Amino acid sequence: MADNKATTAKKPPPTMDVFLKGLWKENPVFVMLLGMCPVLAVTNSVTNAIAMGLASTFVLFMSSTIVSLVRSFIPKQVRIASFILIIATFVTVVEYLIQAISIDLHKALGAFISLIVVNCMILGRSEAFASKNNVGKSMLDALGMGFGFTIACFSLGLVREVLGAGTIAGFQVLPDSFEPWSVMVLPGGAFFVLGGWLLLFNWLDERKKAKAL
Amino acid sequence: MPPAAGSVSSVRMVSTMGAIGIACGILIVLTFQLTLPRITANKIAALEKAIFEVVPGAEKKVTFKLDDGRLAVLEGEDEDAVKYYACYSGDNQLVGVAMEASGQGFADIIKVLYGYSPGKEAVVGIKVLESKETPGLGDKIEKDPNFIANFDSLDVRLDSGGDGIVNPITLVKPGKKTDMWQIEAITGATISSRAITNILSASTAVTVPVITQNLQALEEGAN
Repeated sequence: MADNKATTAKKPPPTMDVFLKGLWKENPVFVMLLGMCPVLAVTNSVTNAIAMGLASTFVLFMSSTIVSLVRSFIPKQVRIASFILIIATFVTVVEYLIQAISIDLHKALGAFISLIVVNCMILGRSEAFASKNNVGKSMLDALGMGFGFTIACFSLGLVREVLGAGTIAGFQVLPDSFEPWSVMVLPGGAFFVLGGWLLLFNWLDERKKAKAL
Repeated sequence: MPPAAGSVSSVRMVSTMGAIGIACGILIVLTFQLTLPRITANKIAALEKAIFEVVPGAEKKVTFKLDDGRLAVLEGEDEDAVKYYACYSGDNQLVGVAMEASGQGFADIIKVLYGYSPGKEAVVGIKVLESKETPGLGDKIEKDPNFIANFDSLDVRLDSGGDGIVNPITLVKPGKKTDMWQIEAITGATISSRAITNILSASTAVTVPVITQNLQALEEGAN
């Protein structure tokens, strides 16, 4: 993997590449297909999608930082359990914080906040990146991945809310004569839209490769 | 990963996990303690806001406590008390009473707050306080304007004996509402609609007789 090569090279300083790859080249959702459960479940509206993306980014950032800080103390055999413990802690913290910020937001996200624990993107980055890289790089990687995840959630939420309810973040954008496609706000719609975005991203990628030849 | 048999003692593993566990525990407790005042204040504010939303025309409220069938003004805080929030207009006239009710929904317990107007003998407003209903379907019980319109004036008159509702609240199919005590269901959210119907009909059967019997105490509450 690219990460391993980076560590064997003679310690390059954290660069913007570490941050940017999460947004595009290694986007957790569109390229690596990680964290599908929340992506499919909560992206039925733009507000929910962005809130979920930011909450996940916070958890990812904090847990990557901590994992990277303590990586040399954790015996290999118990690393996954330790990572999950750290992640679960920050999820609980974020749940309290969201309640303190706004009860309404907490209500909108409901059960999905606790489910951030099982977002495999977060454990995946802890295991694949933060446990092998220094704190600075891990933080950048977490931010990049987190924002990449947020953008992906937003892309799905945008399409699903416009087609499924005719609104964007609650504001009417399509005329009343538009009959909302209820399927779009249901789990099935999430798969359709995700499929559509994947198609688009892969097509763009193919085209880029074809041009490079 | 290389096989690591014996390379790390189990004491080391357990102590690492223990240390992380303790640190995480302390962090959670700290966050809980720090956010608790804000969360409590938010919850109280949300409840106050909801009370004024479900009783139209309300400008101030007095909390009553149910004690052995009688309503008395609640002094201070009491977590366990069954509370009736009496709402008054600007000139101290009783305009309605708000109460909490809960019951099983499609997913988990639904908790609602509803307003009852003794003048109209009807439910005059409802707000879902907590629910985990399916986003996009069941959660329409909170958002669907047609469904919420059911509760602008939902008839819950008492029978002549004063101990039961004349016309029990019933759920009807969308577009089939003919009487003021019927609730029109939401297409695609029948179970959640029925849950709200059951919650309201069970709760009003208890609260409306209590309010009627204690009407005088409630009316004088603002003075």
